[in-house]
Amino acid sequence: MVRYSTALMGALVAATMAAATHVQAAEISGAGATFPYPIYAKWAEAFKAKTGIAMNYQSIGSGGGIKQIQSKTVDFGASDMPLKAEELEKSGLLQFPMIMGGEVAAINVKGIESGKMKLDGPTLADIYLGKITKWNDPALTKLNPGLKLPDQAIAVVHRSDGSGTTFIFTDYLSKVSPEWKEKVGSNTAVEWPVGLGGKGNEGVAANVTRTDGSIGYVEYAYALQNKMAYTLLANKEGVYNKPDASSFQAAAANADWKNAPGFYLLLTDQPGKQSWPITGASFILMYKQQDKPEVAKQVLQFFDWSYHNGQKMAEELDYVPMPDPVVKLVEDTWKTQIKGPDGKPIFAGPAS
Amino acid sequence: MTDIAARQLPRSSNGKIGDPLFRGVATFFAVLVLVILSGVMIALVHGALPALGHFGFGFLLTDSWNPVTDKFGALAPIVGTLLTSAIAMLIGIPLAFGVAVFITELCPVWLKRPLSTIIELLAAVPSIIYGIWGLFVFAPFMQSYVEPAIVNTLGNVPGIGRFFAGPPLGIGILTAGIILGIMVLPFISSIMRDVFETVPLILKESAYGLGSTTWEVMWQVVLPFTRIGVVGGIMLGLGRALGETMAVTFVIGNAHRVQTSILAPGTTISASLANEFTEAVGDLYLSSLFALGFILFVITFIVLAIAKLMLVQMSKRAGT
Repeated sequence: MVRYSTALMGALVAATMAAATHVQAAEISGAGATFPYPIYAKWAEAFKAKTGIAMNYQSIGSGGGIKQIQSKTVDFGASDMPLKAEELEKSGLLQFPMIMGGEVAAINVKGIESGKMKLDGPTLADIYLGKITKWNDPALTKLNPGLKLPDQAIAVVHRSDGSGTTFIFTDYLSKVSPEWKEKVGSNTAVEWPVGLGGKGNEGVAANVTRTDGSIGYVEYAYALQNKMAYTLLANKEGVYNKPDASSFQAAAANADWKNAPGFYLLLTDQPGKQSWPITGASFILMYKQQDKPEVAKQVLQFFDWSYHNGQKMAEELDYVPMPDPVVKLVEDTWKTQIKGPDGKPIFAGPAS
Repeated sequence: MTDIAARQLPRSSNGKIGDPLFRGVATFFAVLVLVILSGVMIALVHGALPALGHFGFGFLLTDSWNPVTDKFGALAPIVGTLLTSAIAMLIGIPLAFGVAVFITELCPVWLKRPLSTIIELLAAVPSIIYGIWGLFVFAPFMQSYVEPAIVNTLGNVPGIGRFFAGPPLGIGILTAGIILGIMVLPFISSIMRDVFETVPLILKESAYGLGSTTWEVMWQVVLPFTRIGVVGGIMLGLGRALGETMAVTFVIGNAHRVQTSILAPGTTISASLANEFTEAVGDLYLSSLFALGFILFVITFIVLAIAKLMLVQMSKRAGT
């Protein structure tokens, strides 16, 4: 019996060690934002099938991603809230945008179909400030002369957990409403004047779909997959667009990435007739000075491959891929800034 | 005979090593519990110190929770925790008592086993299931039927009306409290049932023999005999209600505000922790969450202390 269990232990140890060395050889790891998780997972699967390199991504939230990369437990971090250039400088991190998406105001009001109701920024801010409390408020009926709005209380739904989604949404409200900016401000979590909180996009979606007379903000992909009714939203030019890939891309196209140090750029309330006002990018964080150049090389290889081969997969999941000029800008930054212990650049150039 | 003696001898000689070894191992485990407990305590206090130092005693008394301006106060989660637990106890204790009385005294013998098993199964339901059920089934029911009725009746009573006012959202302190009440029910009732069954038959039969009703037997013989166990069961339920996280997070609304109406959304300490730890950016924010954890620790400690004190008082009174 004793001999048997020793042998078993030996086999187990050998197996674990074999697995460990295997993992070391071909696994890169990242952690952070939940919003891009579905597309990162899909890219990782396709990338592994092609190269044999596995990418393990934990969607623990943007804040967690920043913490993990700072303590170097992962090879890259991911955040929906970009770090400011001076913060990046302080911790020696490089930041670049990887994927984009949009957010919509989802509503649940009897008799109002998706894409029928119009809202503008200040009105949306007043709803979230608790100044507009009923669906038949004059401010809302004025924007929607053709709609029959009920005399019903508005149930405001927001995120209860800290989130990059909240950061993008509150950044938008701060830009369109001075009162919001002064009273509440923007962050991954804020002090909400009214409303109830749901955990995660799915929590907000669940609260909106089951509460009569509710409004909540969710990722566009979530609204689409859960068949939620969304509103039209006036952009900076006063045009009411539908939220979809083309209006998200329009917002991104007008963005001036070139003059944004550390790629710190928020895509909310962008100019352009076609733009959707609540658009955002999700960012990747990596150390400029890499201790393990061979791992860093695989990480960059993965992102490079995803930029050039992953657009179609991204569109299938209702994300918006980064435009080519931005990709070129990012890859130039890799070449000049990410270095191994010997001081030589790690990334040589696009593989294809 | 000789066979047994021969077998016993080597064992007793082994005892010279075995006994101290066993004592050592047992002591080690006992000490380990203490070490872990104090380790948790130290970690919590250490994490909470920056926030407690920055906000001082006011941390307990302000309900502002603003990650943008870094102003944090624990009043809303503390009030939410105590209110939901109180509602849970108001619902859970009478129900559990009724269930336990039915099973031990009134239930037909053939129903006893299945009923006990079903109630114990209720305790085995994972809390996330209660949360999902609460959000998708119970909260809409509350929103469409129960809460409008409460708002239209109790909400109009002068004085107490404002505790039952507001738009019916289906989600809020009351819904969370009711779900907690259902969750603690099996804990309290199964302990009550167990201790009720420890009452010697002769006591109960004497009381019945003197012409007591079932109610009198329960109230004057069984309860006094088992009060320590009953209070213990209630405290176990209260402990669960205070610390319950997932089910509450789903239905409480997670709003950091103190409101007068129990229909309004609120938050509890454990729900805030579960919601916000992953994305708490900023040292003061994180530290405030640690401070919340520490406060929950203290609240549970106080509850346990009060329970012990009550038991001591009761046994004293029984002695005289």
